[in-house]
Amino acid sequence: MIRYIYADDLARYPALRNSMLRDRATQFHDRLKWEVTVDAEGFEQDQYDALNPLYVIWEEGGLHGGSMRFLPTTGDTMVNDHFAHLAGGAITAPGIWETTRFCVSPGSANKARAANVLMMAGGQLGVGFGLSHSIGVFDARMVRIYRQLGWEPEILGADGTGRDAISAGLWAFDEAVLTRMCLAAGVSRELSQLWFDRAFGLALPKVA
Amino acid sequence: MTRLPLRRVSFQTLTCRQRGYVSLNKLVDMQEALSNAKSLEELQTFVEGLRGVYGIDNLVYHSVNASGGQYAALTYSDTWVERYIEKGYERIDPVVQGCYKRFTPIDWKALDWSGKPSRDFLGEAASQGLGNQGFSVPIRGPSGQFALFSVNQKDNDDRWAQFTEERASDLILIAHYMNERALEIEGGPSQGPVRALSPREKDALTLLALGNNRAGVAEALQISENTLRVYIESARFKMGATNTVHAVATALTHGLIVV
Repeated sequence: MIRYIYADDLARYPALRNSMLRDRATQFHDRLKWEVTVDAEGFEQDQYDALNPLYVIWEEGGLHGGSMRFLPTTGDTMVNDHFAHLAGGAITAPGIWETTRFCVSPGSANKARAANVLMMAGGQLGVGFGLSHSIGVFDARMVRIYRQLGWEPEILGADGTGRDAISAGLWAFDEAVLTRMCLAAGVSRELSQLWFDRAFGLALPKVA
Repeated sequence: MTRLPLRRVSFQTLTCRQRGYVSLNKLVDMQEALSNAKSLEELQTFVEGLRGVYGIDNLVYHSVNASGGQYAALTYSDTWVERYIEKGYERIDPVVQGCYKRFTPIDWKALDWSGKPSRDFLGEAASQGLGNQGFSVPIRGPSGQFALFSVNQKDNDDRWAQFTEERASDLILIAHYMNERALEIEGGPSQGPVRALSPREKDALTLLALGNNRAGVAEALQISENTLRVYIESARFKMGATNTVHAVATALTHGLIVV
């Protein structure tokens, strides 16, 4: 299932949290060789994890199957702090949120499905809160992956060449994209909405 | 234990393109009123005016900056505000507890009112004239600034659901514009917009000021119209502007662009 969890609520899900931060270390430190910090427990975290971001997490058997991280561009974001030159300068609007750390667990039972469901959940978040766009920074390899997933960002600017290229891009939110992502993920629009409502709108009645 | 009846809150009609004309008009009027506010006292007047325009019982805007400095503009009674501060109710207020350091708007029904302290607090608030319904917009500002904008109303569930359906989008935008305005005012009388226009935003506004249409600007900058829309949206927010013409005018007034 998809969970939408703020950082300050993550402690309530220790297995999910720990597996997410370890999977991020594997993906961003070990595989992609990014200059990220991995602590003694094997967790990859940066300064933006300390800003109480909203995580979108695909949970598989109580563990992390994949995730990404959202922050509003009205506050501090990675793209505006470090990659504004790729985006033509800092972009700041209530309807635009930054997405970072798109990660699929190496232990996921179905990595392609995990990626599809995450894209769907990103679309659900945008449509659900009436956002216009999401902005992100990603390496060259991801451009092809986003295309395969059926929802390409529009590139604002890029630095470097070949495998080392890094780009800033925009995803535009609308209902049609969300419907398409639901189909690709094999999740009904209703179920996607239910996961969203459970996190933000509709608190399910407790069983007495 | 009784739980508040719960209802699905829809945020799905929030984008500008989908907003109805009447609502948009009201929103534009409010944004203009905001851009005219030059002091924190005038923001208080604005909040009181907003109450009438949207037919809401109460509005609260509360800002906390990174160094702990606080500012509020609100319509609650002095008695209730004093009582709230004296008792340190922010420690049990489910609205504060559920919104602090977050950035997703929320209907108060989705908050956790289940504990006894919360229910006692709700009872006391009601006895002080607060309504049973509410909607809050937590806001992230620059450098760790945080603000919370809430509306509060005595109403039944059906009418409240209709109200939030129609007005949530306006309230979210007004909350953000009000926060931006409060930051500007805090920055000093001659500060103008607190956030700098980016190079590409300046390019876009300059080309618009020269009389180009959007297609022409997009072509000149070699970007898509969709991307241009993002730069304009961002520039408008930074300028506290109701529309693109207003954004261009504000940028010219403050010497941020030159034509």
